[in-house]
Amino acid sequence: MSTPIDMIESLVSKEYKWGFVTDIEQDIVPRGLNEDVIRLISAKKEEPEWLLEWRLKAYRHWLTMKEPTWHNVHYPPIDYQNISYYAAPKEKLQSLDEVDPELLRTFEKLGIPLGEQKQLAGVAVDAVFDSVSVATTFKEKLAELGIIFCAFSEAAQRHPELVRKYLGSVVPYTDNFFATLNSAVFTDGSFCYIPKGVRCPMELSTYFRINAESTGQFERTLIIAEPGSYVSYLEGCTAPMRDENQLHAAVVELIAHDDARIKYSTIQNWYPGDKNGKGGIYNFVTKRGKCLGRNSHISWTQVETGSAITWKYPGCMLVGDNSVGEFYSVALTNNRQQADTGTKMIHIGKNTRSTIVSKGISAGYGQNTYRGMVKILKGAAGARNYTQCDSLLIGDKCGAHTFPYIEVKNSTARMEHEASTSKIGDDQIFYCNQRGISKEDAVNLIVNGFCKEVFRELPMEFAVEAQKLLGVSLEGSVG
Amino acid sequence: MLEIKNLYVKAGGHEILKGVNLRVNAGEVHSIMGPNGSGKSTLAQVLAGRETYEVTGGEVIYEGKNLLEMAPEERAREGVFMAFQYPVEIPGVGSAQFLKAALNAIRKARGLEELDAMEFLTLVKQRIKVLGMDEKLLHRSVNEGFSGGEKKRGEIFQMALLEPRLCIMDETDSGLDIDALKIVAKGVNGLRSPERAIIVVTHYQRLLDYIVPDYVHVLVDGRIVRSGGKELALELEEKGYARFEGGAGAAAPARR
Repeated sequence: MSTPIDMIESLVSKEYKWGFVTDIEQDIVPRGLNEDVIRLISAKKEEPEWLLEWRLKAYRHWLTMKEPTWHNVHYPPIDYQNISYYAAPKEKLQSLDEVDPELLRTFEKLGIPLGEQKQLAGVAVDAVFDSVSVATTFKEKLAELGIIFCAFSEAAQRHPELVRKYLGSVVPYTDNFFATLNSAVFTDGSFCYIPKGVRCPMELSTYFRINAESTGQFERTLIIAEPGSYVSYLEGCTAPMRDENQLHAAVVELIAHDDARIKYSTIQNWYPGDKNGKGGIYNFVTKRGKCLGRNSHISWTQVETGSAITWKYPGCMLVGDNSVGEFYSVALTNNRQQADTGTKMIHIGKNTRSTIVSKGISAGYGQNTYRGMVKILKGAAGARNYTQCDSLLIGDKCGAHTFPYIEVKNSTARMEHEASTSKIGDDQIFYCNQRGISKEDAVNLIVNGFCKEVFRELPMEFAVEAQKLLGVSLEGSVG
Repeated sequence: MLEIKNLYVKAGGHEILKGVNLRVNAGEVHSIMGPNGSGKSTLAQVLAGRETYEVTGGEVIYEGKNLLEMAPEERAREGVFMAFQYPVEIPGVGSAQFLKAALNAIRKARGLEELDAMEFLTLVKQRIKVLGMDEKLLHRSVNEGFSGGEKKRGEIFQMALLEPRLCIMDETDSGLDIDALKIVAKGVNGLRSPERAIIVVTHYQRLLDYIVPDYVHVLVDGRIVRSGGKELALELEEKGYARFEGGAGAAAPARR
């Protein structure tokens, strides 16, 4: 009979099942970063002149910046000249029929069928493979309602006025080192525009898949919700298992006008590196929502189980009076993963409200840091914030750290902050065992109970995926 | 049903059980009593499958199977239940959800169909009334915020729900007032059956006034030194454990 240690060893060596590589002819720009590379990317995407200028401004600014070091994650220095900034399947794609079947198979394997017959009903998908959007389903159907859902590169060509108006309005190109880099070399992401009073009838989602090696992925997503509109958007991501680290530095900007609501959910499962910390994606992302209009509402819901290092603070700028910002997160670090993540809520208008529920789960040697900032500016009368930050430790080699920043400049503000740290102990597992529940099921029960509040916020279809993903990512963590 | 043969158990480098012999048949209620440190809880935990204890000799046969080779959840699925001395809290996990997972795991092992949420809730609501427990406890997380008495009654409730073949009660009476004790006893007595065996590990005789055992065993310094009928418990109450302690070399044979 195998001992519990044996059982756990065998579970740990179970592979990250999205770790396969797609063998397809790709157009890969040689490694290195300079103005020529940027011009090349812009040319390949057939971008308007003003956009190339914007990229170059950002690049020149980047050259003057220093990489930040205040984070609580550790990684060897990134050689920005040793990354290829563009990789795309060789064929130019006009329609779904022309997409390389190997690509379609890839996405199908990942659970995202793109072929006409098999498309996921009720979910429009924009599939991004390395640096390009491969296909966008239901585009025409949505267009009938006036909704624009397409690749960013397409939006730059077909809706330049909109892109020009909003690009950089929430995350200016000078914002931070990685956002600036992204502004220079961004490749593709999604563009969503919901017209006035329209409630988007389906979930919109983008699925990001990194494939080529030695490349970085720099996606740019822009979502605009006109007054009285509603959209629920989901982002999913995976990458092959490789020994080297790959950089993913994305920028997401959301703009909500009067009475508009944007719900942005992420299920992030980038390759986390092997159990010794070799390989894995560096996920350094800037995500920000601007609640521009009165009564506008933006909520971020994320389940982060992958990537070797996660560094992101999805946040909201609550500009409009009565606007609401929400952040629900489950961040898991197992084996040698590290996460420095949290949120920023900036209260600017009157009677604004923000809710933060952050659940960190650390297992193995994982290090999970929560960094949350709640800033109440002078004019933000009647602001309210509720923050709940919970950590769950599995085993005794992991860590959880909390750095809350609270800055209040208006005396009518109300803040509530709760934090807890708990452990999954052997006692609890044994108690479950003695009632007939296996170790894996016990850990799942406990972790799901811990994450309940966050999972509740996910769109239904994805809540089940998230639970399964958490289960898979936690396998072998108890021992 | 259960046969413990010459069991030696070590924990933290110390030998705690030094050759325990015991035989329990279906339909019987056995009580194991002894002074502090005698190894009573160790015996209960080893039967349940706690890995912090190292078995260094002997064997345990449960229904013809080698119990010591079975993982704790396997033992549970084969009908072994232990009412914990200190039931642990599991915040975030609803009691109802936990019990449903447990019951279905055991039903599955018995070849029975798993219950869905509705069926389960109906069953649970019936059973909880019998034990005089508040239905509201089901909405709480497992043992979270439960008083000592509620925790112990919860253990008996779980026992009643899971219908085990072998019930091991590890000092269930510790920390209970007389009213709670009576409720616990009522619950346990309600589970007596010719197919079921119950082992009551206790320090004090009082519980045995309510759960009257068929056999009483005295465990001292890791060995069963004397076995008898229920009168033995009263004798211990009167005279204490002193005469059994210190070199009880003449270990009495397990009864029968």
